[in-house]
Formats: sequence, structure tokens, C-alpha cells
Amino acid sequence: MSSRPLSPHLQIYRPQLTSIVSITHRATGIFLSAGVLVLTYWLVSIAAGDNAYAAARECLGSVPGQLFLAAWSFSFYFHLCNGLRHLFWDVGIGFELKIVYASGYAVIAVSVAMTALTWGWVLSQGGVH
Amino acid sequence: MGLGSLSGGCALSLESDLARVRGLGSAKDGTRSFWHQRITAIALVPLSLWFVVSLLCVMAANHADTVAWIKAPYVTTLFIALIVALFYHVKIGLQEVVEDYVHLEWLKLATRICLSLGAAMCGLASIVAILKISFGT
Repeated sequence: MSSRPLSPHLQIYRPQLTSIVSITHRATGIFLSAGVLVLTYWLVSIAAGDNAYAAARECLGSVPGQLFLAAWSFSFYFHLCNGLRHLFWDVGIGFELKIVYASGYAVIAVSVAMTALTWGWVLSQGGVH
Repeated sequence: MGLGSLSGGCALSLESDLARVRGLGSAKDGTRSFWHQRITAIALVPLSLWFVVSLLCVMAANHADTVAWIKAPYVTTLFIALIVALFYHVKIGLQEVVEDYVHLEWLKLATRICLSLGAAMCGLASIVAILKISFGT
């Protein structure tokens, strides 16, 4: 088996929009999965009472906490938009190469814009505190 | 009895080829997880958008106001629905990644078990927290 020719592997290919978006979908999915643990922590802190909730807010409002939330929000918008793209593909819509590229660029543009809009609003409220 | 029992690897099997492969795949559960991933994805489109918009609205609220918000029956309901769909979606998605990159059979099985139990426990903890907030005094 080892003497048989191998098909070219990932590092041989020039990066393309389609492959980058596909890999990012997976990467954001993994990152969002880490985020659900934070969601559980946040809910448990509310249930545990005033002090625990204050501690959770302090944690999320710290600089690393806000950076995490910023990365989480971009991941959320990206995974949501590209997930919708996948759902359309599942019913056979949007498979033409031109549309695949257009929707790929749209996913990036919308998720960047939504992240900017979200944090513009958050920062106008004085940030997470 | 199909041709599988004649041409397949096991001459004594009464299964047809179709019956033998039905429900298989790298996770040995066929298209079920694919389908459930789509159902939870569709559920999560409105639920996650509702959650993020709500979060931006309650962001500045104190503890009492946040509790009062979750206590509203529709918020309790949507929150629990979100948690169920979310943790199931996470479990399927991470399992898919594991199936693609982990090729040791025992490690794949161990990871699957850990993912199932971990997602179930975290989801359950979240739901208990929501119920405690919602029904607490």
C-alpha cells in the first residue's frame, strides 16, 4: 500500500476562498463549542446568586474576557451565515461556481459587518462591565 | 435473501448487501447524525439570534433584572429549547471532527463517549440552572 501513489495533500494546493471558508466553518464551530461552556458557567452563576454573578461579570468584562467574547461573536456570525449557506446547498441551491464564490464573500462580509455592528453597540454602552 | 449472501464475504449470512450497509458509516449510525445536525441547525437559526439580541439587551442589567428576565415563561421556554438544540448540535459537530481526524478505533470510541456524556452533563447543568432561576423565589 505504501508504494502506491498518493493524491496531493492539503499543503500542495493553493488556498482558495472555498477551502478557507470551509476550514473556518469548522474552526469557528470548535471555538463556539468552547463558548457553550462559558454559557453554562454564566447560567450557573446567575442561579448561584448575586456574588457569583458579579464574579462572572468581572471575568467576562476583563480584557481577556472581552477579547474572548469578541472572537466568540465573530465565530457565531460566521458559523451562522455559512451554516445557512450549507442548508441551501443541502436542498440543492447555490452550487454554481459563481454563486458559491459570491455567497462565500457574502458570508465573510456579513459576519465582519455584524461583529463590527455588535461591538459598536456594546462599546457605545460602555463595554461589557 | 439477496445476492450479498452469495457474493459477499460471509456465505452463511442471510442479510442482503443493502441490509448489511444500512445504518453504517464512519460513526456506524448512518445518516442519522447528518439529519439531526440539520434539524438542530434550523432550530438554532432563530434561537441563537434571539439569544444574542437578548444578551445585548440584558448586558447592562443587574442580577435581579437578569433573573426577572429569565423568569418570564417564554424566556424560560426558549432558553431550554436553545440549550437542548445547542448541546446536541455541538455534540454532533465535534464528533464529526473526531471521526475525520481520529483513526484509532478505541480512541474514536472513547472520544465519542466523552463527548456524549460531557455534552449531556453540561446541557443538564444549564437546564437545572435555568429552572432554578425560573422557579426560585
